Amino acid sequence: MMELVFGDQYSKWQVDTCKVPAACGLSGIISRDGKVLGGNVIIESMRVIHDRGNGLGGGFAGYGIYPEHRDHYALHIMFEGAEGRSACEGMLESELEIEAAEEINTRSVPAIQEAPELRRYFAVPRREKLARESIEPDDFMVRLVMSINTTVPGTFVFSSGKNMGVFKAVGFAEDVGEFFRLEEYNGYTWIGHGRFPTNTPGWWGGAHPFNILDWSVVHNGEISSYGINKRYLEMFGYECTLLTDTEVMAYLFDLLVRKHRLPLEVACSVLAAPFWKDIDSEADPERKALEQALRMTYSSALVNGPFAVIVGYSRGMVGLNDRIKLRPLVAAYKDDYLYVSSEESAIRQICPRPDRVWAPKAGQPVIGELKGDV
Amino acid sequence: MAGSMVTSEFLVEVDHQRCRRCKRCILNCGFGVFDFQNMTTADSSKCVACHRCVVFCPEEAITITRNPLAFKEHPSWEVDRRKAIWKQAQSSGMILTGMGNDLPWLNVFDHLLIDACQVTNPSIDPLREPMELKTFLGRKPDRLEVSADNGGFRLQTEVGNNVELAVPIMFSGMSYGSVSLNVHKSLAIAAEKLGTVMNTGEGGLHPELTPYTDHIIVQCASGRFGVHSDYLNAGVAVEIKIGQGAKPGIGGHLPGEKIGREVSGTRMIPVGTDALSPAPHHDIYSIEDLRQLIYALKEATGYKPVSVKIATVHNVAAIASGIARAGADIIYLDGFRGGTGASPAVIRDHVGIPVEIAIAVVDKQLRSEGIRNLVSIIAAGGIRSSADVAKAIALGADAVGVGTAALIALGCRLCQKCYTGNCSWGIATQRPELTDRLDPDWGAERLVNLINAWSLELKEVLGALGVNAVESLRGNRERLRALGLDSTTMDILDVKPAGR
Repeated sequence: MMELVFGDQYSKWQVDTCKVPAACGLSGIISRDGKVLGGNVIIESMRVIHDRGNGLGGGFAGYGIYPEHRDHYALHIMFEGAEGRSACEGMLESELEIEAAEEINTRSVPAIQEAPELRRYFAVPRREKLARESIEPDDFMVRLVMSINTTVPGTFVFSSGKNMGVFKAVGFAEDVGEFFRLEEYNGYTWIGHGRFPTNTPGWWGGAHPFNILDWSVVHNGEISSYGINKRYLEMFGYECTLLTDTEVMAYLFDLLVRKHRLPLEVACSVLAAPFWKDIDSEADPERKALEQALRMTYSSALVNGPFAVIVGYSRGMVGLNDRIKLRPLVAAYKDDYLYVSSEESAIRQICPRPDRVWAPKAGQPVIGELKGDV
Repeated sequence: MAGSMVTSEFLVEVDHQRCRRCKRCILNCGFGVFDFQNMTTADSSKCVACHRCVVFCPEEAITITRNPLAFKEHPSWEVDRRKAIWKQAQSSGMILTGMGNDLPWLNVFDHLLIDACQVTNPSIDPLREPMELKTFLGRKPDRLEVSADNGGFRLQTEVGNNVELAVPIMFSGMSYGSVSLNVHKSLAIAAEKLGTVMNTGEGGLHPELTPYTDHIIVQCASGRFGVHSDYLNAGVAVEIKIGQGAKPGIGGHLPGEKIGREVSGTRMIPVGTDALSPAPHHDIYSIEDLRQLIYALKEATGYKPVSVKIATVHNVAAIASGIARAGADIIYLDGFRGGTGASPAVIRDHVGIPVEIAIAVVDKQLRSEGIRNLVSIIAAGGIRSSADVAKAIALGADAVGVGTAALIALGCRLCQKCYTGNCSWGIATQRPELTDRLDPDWGAERLVNLINAWSLELKEVLGALGVNAVESLRGNRERLRALGLDSTTMDILDVKPAGR
């Protein structure tokens, strides 16, 4: 049985080892028309690539699942003990206006053991707090989440976006989905992950997706540039507190797209930058100047090493490979649905006859965005 | 008592059976060791073990050995200490020396190990995949503004001037005067071929280097030798030299004997006068004065990048932060192992800190203040191999500077007698019969070979690390481990011990 490691123990652990390499299976689906699908769809897709995980972590993110609370940040929090919960709830009370708080419904699944207490809170920052510091609500929430995750023992906020939620645990993906009763949620985007860590504390928070605000990342790979990506993010106030390198991916998207307002496609070309030989031979001078400036300015945000990621956000979903495609990633579409997965089989399981199936090129993002409002 | 009490350091022996009496050794020795009276004779007391005679003797008739003369051992009175006292008791002078610190201080580079990929992430083969070393030196914006229009993207932020390097290795400042013009030419030709830069040092720019100015950084030091408007505008960047790793806190002294017509013209001082660089810049007594000079140089050059070179001293992190905020675009950190043409041994051997430590604390300080993007960091003073380059970059340097390694490539034997002006290899001398020995094209080829070899090795290291661009190693201390360093030093370096 895996031991849960939280709070002080976990902080000590991460100082010592910092990063856990992992391989994995991924799958994602979005309806660009905003049609909602039950969570059972993504579970079925993940079930096919069972062997890409090893039972030490599985998880999902669904978008559009809390329409009745769409204007509130949905915080999913795991507690190891009552002490952490009361400290955390004290912080939430003083910082946020909480509209609703409840347990996250689960069902008993033999394969999922030693669950922490799982609760969710729908809330917004207290207006007077925002006014006092003239801080944006998103920045306020990032700071609060980082603060809880680094200071409150045995407590971990694992989802903090609006109208979306992350569900993850130690176990195989399909068991995790069943445990969280995902079939009871309806979303227009779903992403899933089965984890194969090669070294792990077996910690629920360490499963994917990693989330900050509405960014959720599922990742297959090992970020060889982790050390500098982490130090770069620290300059902007992000603290990499988790046990895996994947969180830098979520924070980089948040930094580049939300804070620096780079178009998503441009942000992807920072993470999986084009090679200098291609930049130097670029005929369009404006494009060349842009690509050169991006590499000069964001050299520490280049994510190097093998990766395939699927990133969910409120407006859409993006699949991206590293710049020399060292991990598998397949995409397909049918009608308004875009699918991205580690394996074609996981797509065909839920869409037997797609209109087109292809392997995206290295560093070329596959982006599916909602056509209208949902 | 006549003569010196100091015994010869080396013994020179000529095998008269082999010697053909060709007298090449007499011609080649810059220190006047050899003479000929019926047969070749050698005065061992003048020998510095520069090996010029050995390499050029066609009969391999010359042997140089360390003088085996026995001294009564004493652990704290090493022979060199006793010799220094004999010399000073005789001369009342400072002990002069050349090149870098030769005391066996702990070398941090030699206690750092580099990571590699196994199974969980693939290593990359640099012979089959692109492997990028391109580096830009200078200020970067902290973010870019990019707008989307007509399906394309447009850059809205202006990025200031940067120096583009094809490899993250440049040639350190060595002045014309301390080294020969042929050394400068070798460095300039090589810099152009390699797509990197050489640095003039403080002695100005000889007109014959004009074709290479796209690959030259010009230096402005406390003596202001050779500094004029065209000079400042000639290169790709200007460097303000505050200090030098081999002699932090002190100035320079190029004796009048080395100031011939050419050096005089380049330095803009009369023939035969001593070229004295003051210890401080007399217009920089504080950080705000440095800011004024930085901006004066920027105004004079249309905002070319300005580099500030400092010796790495105890408070280097705070000093570097001040330099970044004063407007510098590049900070050049010269460690206490850096070379020199001449320095008092007491300064060279005992002042300053290792560049490895300096990189770590400066990079960390600038990051903690959120201003790392304002400056590039160049690390120099003790870079001996591609492994040192990789480690310096992993600790946080953008690029490294090499001086001593470049001179060794040109034939330097590290005899440490640069200050005598007798360099038999034609490097640290202005004597025409000696400087003629170094052919700039030959020298450039050797420098190009060396840096290309290091680049290949650096690419192998990156490939083993599973990354294909040098920026993924830069500041990535996670890929270094320490072996045999104390925990405080590891803490300062922000590097974990091997096994963790």
